Amino acid sequence: MQSTVAIRAHGVIKTFGDVIALDGVDLDVPTGQIHGLVGPNGAGKTTLLGLLLGLATADGGRLEILGTHVGRALSVPAEVAGFVDGPGLYPMLTARQNLATLASLRGGAGAQSVDGLLERVGLGEVAGDPVRGFSLGMRQRLGLAAALLGEPRLLVLDEPANGLDPAGKRQVHQILADLSDAGTTVVLSSHRMDDLAALCDEVTLLSTGRVVFSGPLGKLAAEGGELDYRLVTSDPEEARRIAGSTPGLRRATGQSRTDENALVVRGPESAVDHLVVRLVGAGISLRELGPVVPPLEAAFLALTATEADSDSDPDPEASHARVEEPTR
Amino acid sequence: MTTTVTAAAPSRMRPVVLRDCYRFELLKLIAQWRVRLMFGACLVAPAVYTAVISRQTSLPADAVYGRWMNQSGWAGSLVILVFLGAFALPLLTSLVAGDIFATEDRLGTWRHLLVAVRSPRLIFVSKALAALTVILALLVALAVSSTVGGLASVGNHPLPGLDGHPMDSGELTRTVLLAWLSIVPPTLAFAGVGLLGSVALGRSPLGLLMPVVLALALSGLALMPVPVALRLALPTNAFIGYRGLLTTPGQFGPLWIGTAVSLAWAGLATLLAYRIFVRRDFTDLAHDGSGLRFAVAGLVPLAALTAATTVAIAATTGGTGSGIERPKLEAALATSFSHLYVRQTNQLHRPAVTKEQLKTTARCDKAGDRVEDVGPGADWRCVVTWTLPGTRATGNAIYQLDVAADGRYVADGDGPKEVNGYFQIHTPTGDAPNPLWQFDGFVDLLDDQPKE
Repeated sequence: MQSTVAIRAHGVIKTFGDVIALDGVDLDVPTGQIHGLVGPNGAGKTTLLGLLLGLATADGGRLEILGTHVGRALSVPAEVAGFVDGPGLYPMLTARQNLATLASLRGGAGAQSVDGLLERVGLGEVAGDPVRGFSLGMRQRLGLAAALLGEPRLLVLDEPANGLDPAGKRQVHQILADLSDAGTTVVLSSHRMDDLAALCDEVTLLSTGRVVFSGPLGKLAAEGGELDYRLVTSDPEEARRIAGSTPGLRRATGQSRTDENALVVRGPESAVDHLVVRLVGAGISLRELGPVVPPLEAAFLALTATEADSDSDPDPEASHARVEEPTR
Repeated sequence: MTTTVTAAAPSRMRPVVLRDCYRFELLKLIAQWRVRLMFGACLVAPAVYTAVISRQTSLPADAVYGRWMNQSGWAGSLVILVFLGAFALPLLTSLVAGDIFATEDRLGTWRHLLVAVRSPRLIFVSKALAALTVILALLVALAVSSTVGGLASVGNHPLPGLDGHPMDSGELTRTVLLAWLSIVPPTLAFAGVGLLGSVALGRSPLGLLMPVVLALALSGLALMPVPVALRLALPTNAFIGYRGLLTTPGQFGPLWIGTAVSLAWAGLATLLAYRIFVRRDFTDLAHDGSGLRFAVAGLVPLAALTAATTVAIAATTGGTGSGIERPKLEAALATSFSHLYVRQTNQLHRPAVTKEQLKTTARCDKAGDRVEDVGPGADWRCVVTWTLPGTRATGNAIYQLDVAADGRYVADGDGPKEVNGYFQIHTPTGDAPNPLWQFDGFVDLLDDQPKE
């Protein structure tokens, strides 16, 4: 079987003084894939994106981008584009001027392409307006358009959906999906697991500079283990009693006082199914049922908490409800 | 599993070239309302100033040629030159060169720019060239505005040189043009300092105002009676080097030295800025410059350059004193008086005389016998003596001289009334300003052989 690789990182290390930002990061991203980078603040996402854009060089390890070994700053291939820490636009210039000047720098797009890109990201009607009046979402879209100038083969985006309304987010997601279909590799970071779930083929989860997970999203969801489920019923007292006697389930406490009518249990899906059957059998209406934390987020919390635990004092209550032993 | 790397597809991108990067930087500068406002002000303010002041009875006599603003349109341009060197040009360079790097820090656009251009060297060169272009455009606007404004409001009339010799419109055109060109090198020096401040101090206000701060500091130093060699080693001195163009023969020593010093400052400051810039870590978002780095990597080398040029100038010219000595002052005053006496004679329609026929001499003394006759001060008193052709009688006129440390002096007539004691003379065509009442002169600080 043959595959193509846009990014290959092996044992990449980056330090800033005494701070280790990346600690032996391995990463393979096939061509045409939308790959998500996720992790808590300070995990090293921005540093890794900066390396991919050529803004800095690794202190150790090996990094290949589009087949080119990156040995010094700004030596990444010209077909790499994107932004990190915001789209970096000039507020005194109009949207069209921002793009046109960038296009003239890289010699990759004419006026027609500029206007086409502005239309594509939904900014055609404000092309002549100075960027200083743009909202965060509009700037994000303009930043994406700027990154698309010259049709890059690798697009590196830091929080591209930040500040976008639902319609704008859908538009950006569609653009990125189209690019991926056309063979462009996209690496993006996000704090929002739902964004990554909607877009990415695979994700890499970073924590304190190390890769704690890399692979398909489905596999990441499975890393979350048992989930907490929240149930709202017509008879909370009786529901609690039944839940306490359901095999495989534990009741979780620590929920807020304003949510006293809800019941939170932890256990495998099969046990939750069994609880639902028993509740219905007891004539109790089930009004709401769902995971307290979505599976991907749960996996994120589980993996990054585990990583943090190994580095610092354990604090199991930081991200999970306390669990009571089952009652008989 | 076998892994292969895709063959490089034809790219629509090409390496960034200097021309495009320069145009981008120029566009960003011109798009700033501040730069547009400055250009408008440079185009309008000098013309309005010369037009308004030349119609007033109170003229800016403190500035060289200020007292001539209502008599010749060329004087306005020369007065604007005085103001520029003192404060305006350092301020303009501050607002352009002093901000051109810091603005990227303020906007958070460094990473964006680097990803687009991929060459810190190219970015630096483009920014420096763009700043230089705008600064030179502002300078041209100032020159055109002040000259056109003066000529339009007062007219194209002759003007005496700083040694009193008459300058016709041809010589004035040439001299004023050269005078404006002569302030380009010191402007470049302050632009270089602006780049250095902008690169080293980032968003700090001190980085933006570094050329102004430096100009104020050097102007303060120049007010003190420092040795000529040190005075000439300062880039601010090059702003007044053009005064040597206004004498016959020209006093070019300070002009050439000022030009060389300024270019050395411009080159060194720009090189230092370049070195700091290309070594910068652009991944550090919190970068806000460093005062210590600016002091060590910026100020120390510039101070060393000043020290080295001071030593070199002192060694080659012997300029270790103030440069203002009695014989030179007497020669300069006698020459100016001769030329202006001829002018006054012509205005009064008296029998024509020439400078040579007058055989003018001057005797000067500084603050009496107990003080050595050297150095600047307002306590110089001189007696000018001349002879009219065909007579054995000699005329005497007294002047109080205020001699500045930079060699400029103002001679204030103290009698007799018929020669220099009154501010006006009665000519056949009406009252006119008396050229011998008060006049500006210039002592060549380097010349150890007084010219007659």
